[in-house]
Amino acid sequence: MVHYLCTMENQGWNMNRRQRNTASWITLFVTPGLLIVGLFILLPLFMSLYNSLFSWNQLIRGEFVGLENFRRLLGTYPYRERFLNALGNNVTWFTSTMLIQNTLGLLFGFLLSRKIPGSQLFRRIFFIPVLFSIVAVGFLWGIYLKPSGLLNNFLDLVGLGSFKMPWLGMESLATPSIIMVNIWRWVGFPSLVFLAAIDNVPVECLEAAYLEGVSEWKLFWKIIFPLIIPAITIITVLTVIGSLNVFEQIYTMTGLDGAPNYSTDTIGTLFYRTAFGSIDAGSPEIGIGSAIGLVIYLLTFAISLASIFVTKRSEVQL
Amino acid sequence: MITDFRYRGAPALKKAFISFVLLIMIVYVILILYPLFNMFISSFKTNRAILSTPFSLPEQYDFKNFATVWIDKGFAGYFTNSIIVTGIAMGSILLFGSMAAYGISRYSFRGNILIYMLFLSGIMLPLKAAIIPLFLLIKNMGLMNTRLSVIMIFIAMGLPSTVFILSGFMKAIPLELEYAARIDGCNDFTIYRKVVMPMVAPAIALVTIYNSVPIWNDFFFPLVFLQSNAIKTLPVGLSTFFGQHSTNWALLFTGLSIAILPMLILYLFMSKYFIQGMTAGAVK
Repeated sequence: MVHYLCTMENQGWNMNRRQRNTASWITLFVTPGLLIVGLFILLPLFMSLYNSLFSWNQLIRGEFVGLENFRRLLGTYPYRERFLNALGNNVTWFTSTMLIQNTLGLLFGFLLSRKIPGSQLFRRIFFIPVLFSIVAVGFLWGIYLKPSGLLNNFLDLVGLGSFKMPWLGMESLATPSIIMVNIWRWVGFPSLVFLAAIDNVPVECLEAAYLEGVSEWKLFWKIIFPLIIPAITIITVLTVIGSLNVFEQIYTMTGLDGAPNYSTDTIGTLFYRTAFGSIDAGSPEIGIGSAIGLVIYLLTFAISLASIFVTKRSEVQL
Repeated sequence: MITDFRYRGAPALKKAFISFVLLIMIVYVILILYPLFNMFISSFKTNRAILSTPFSLPEQYDFKNFATVWIDKGFAGYFTNSIIVTGIAMGSILLFGSMAAYGISRYSFRGNILIYMLFLSGIMLPLKAAIIPLFLLIKNMGLMNTRLSVIMIFIAMGLPSTVFILSGFMKAIPLELEYAARIDGCNDFTIYRKVVMPMVAPAIALVTIYNSVPIWNDFFFPLVFLQSNAIKTLPVGLSTFFGQHSTNWALLFTGLSIAILPMLILYLFMSKYFIQGMTAGAVK
């Protein structure tokens, strides 16, 4: 009996030690990662919010001003004009990327899934520009799109000399040109994501419908499309995030000021100028900059949620 | 599959359709490959030749421009810096990310889900938007103009997706294996190191490509934090180089070739892994 109690006690002590032991193991495993994410992602996120509520003199935090920075950003010259202009360009980026790039990606993904001759080779080649840095792609096409660059030379060569343009020098053409370059770089990505999604559609469904004599068009819209909605959601959210983060493309092709005459300015470049240079030649404005940063966060979050919500509603389970 | 687009046995209309589709694909392939080809051949030409005969092949192939850019213009240094920064950041992401994923997925404890959520919150939000507090933070830590500044930020950027992907894979490993190892006298770290990690090796390869390509290509953070030429990474170095030689197109094309070709060559040998790795976040 005494002996029995002894072992019980011993076990209890052991259990306790084991639990404490486990707790310290968990701490050991999780802490380094959590510390880095906390310090470099979560803390800056909250500091953006905090900083945006203060007035700033260069890098020195001044007094608490509430929503004054937001009021100035959205209501006074030149912030309001620059901000709305940049936001408008971001909207253009989003809509044209959705309409051109993702539609093209869906088409390519569909055609590749049908194993057209050479499809293995095509998919590998389409993905090549995705690997390159936006900076290298931007500079490369920046040269090609110059008035004496490759594109205008090509137009001359094929007898379309009258279409020669200063692609990046005209206000109406600069943003569309940069968007096309970005699509050139990125279209392989949605293509292969959609390809993977379509490959997951059960073969029996497609074959059964095909044998029934359903047309390709109907096959795509009635069977494939509803089943790849999750992939469409993801691509849409990534497009939202990508469009709000446009920066390198502008920086390399038309410069930080969004030349000509701010026509290619985006929230990204505006944000950078506000934080480090200035909005219309001056010193950094941390208060307004933080406000813009926060607006980027809120927009990313809100639009992503909205697109998830919209596409989730039309999702179909097999 | 009978729905495949194949020539054999297809009716005439379908054959015509397949040919049309093929034509579009081939045009797009040319649209991708020709600009890269032109970039490469232009780096062997003179400025005059690039402007007057942009489509012709170079008269001679000497690597004079490449030597100039690689040695005199400091691309060898930029390249080394990119390798150092990407290597250290990637190693730390894999170590800390797999440890955190192990801690979250293999133990059940209070706060488990909260910690997981804290990691995940970094996935969707663009870190660029927090550049002001990050700038102040790095300045206060005395890390301005050091490689460590961007390395730390890249580690933070890579951790959320790594924890997400790896903990998914680790959850699928049966607990019995862990019990067996414990009976054999393994402690928790040995189980992580010798049992779980080898079993998620394919996922490790996946997250390595998923994170290292964007880190290698990143421009924004090095632009803000690395000012001296000696520590600049390739994309920022390229940008500096373009600022200094904006009129010497032959040299610019050479710089671009040096920046782009290594990635292309690596891709030729590992295209399957690159495609799998880079689409990993979007394909389940």
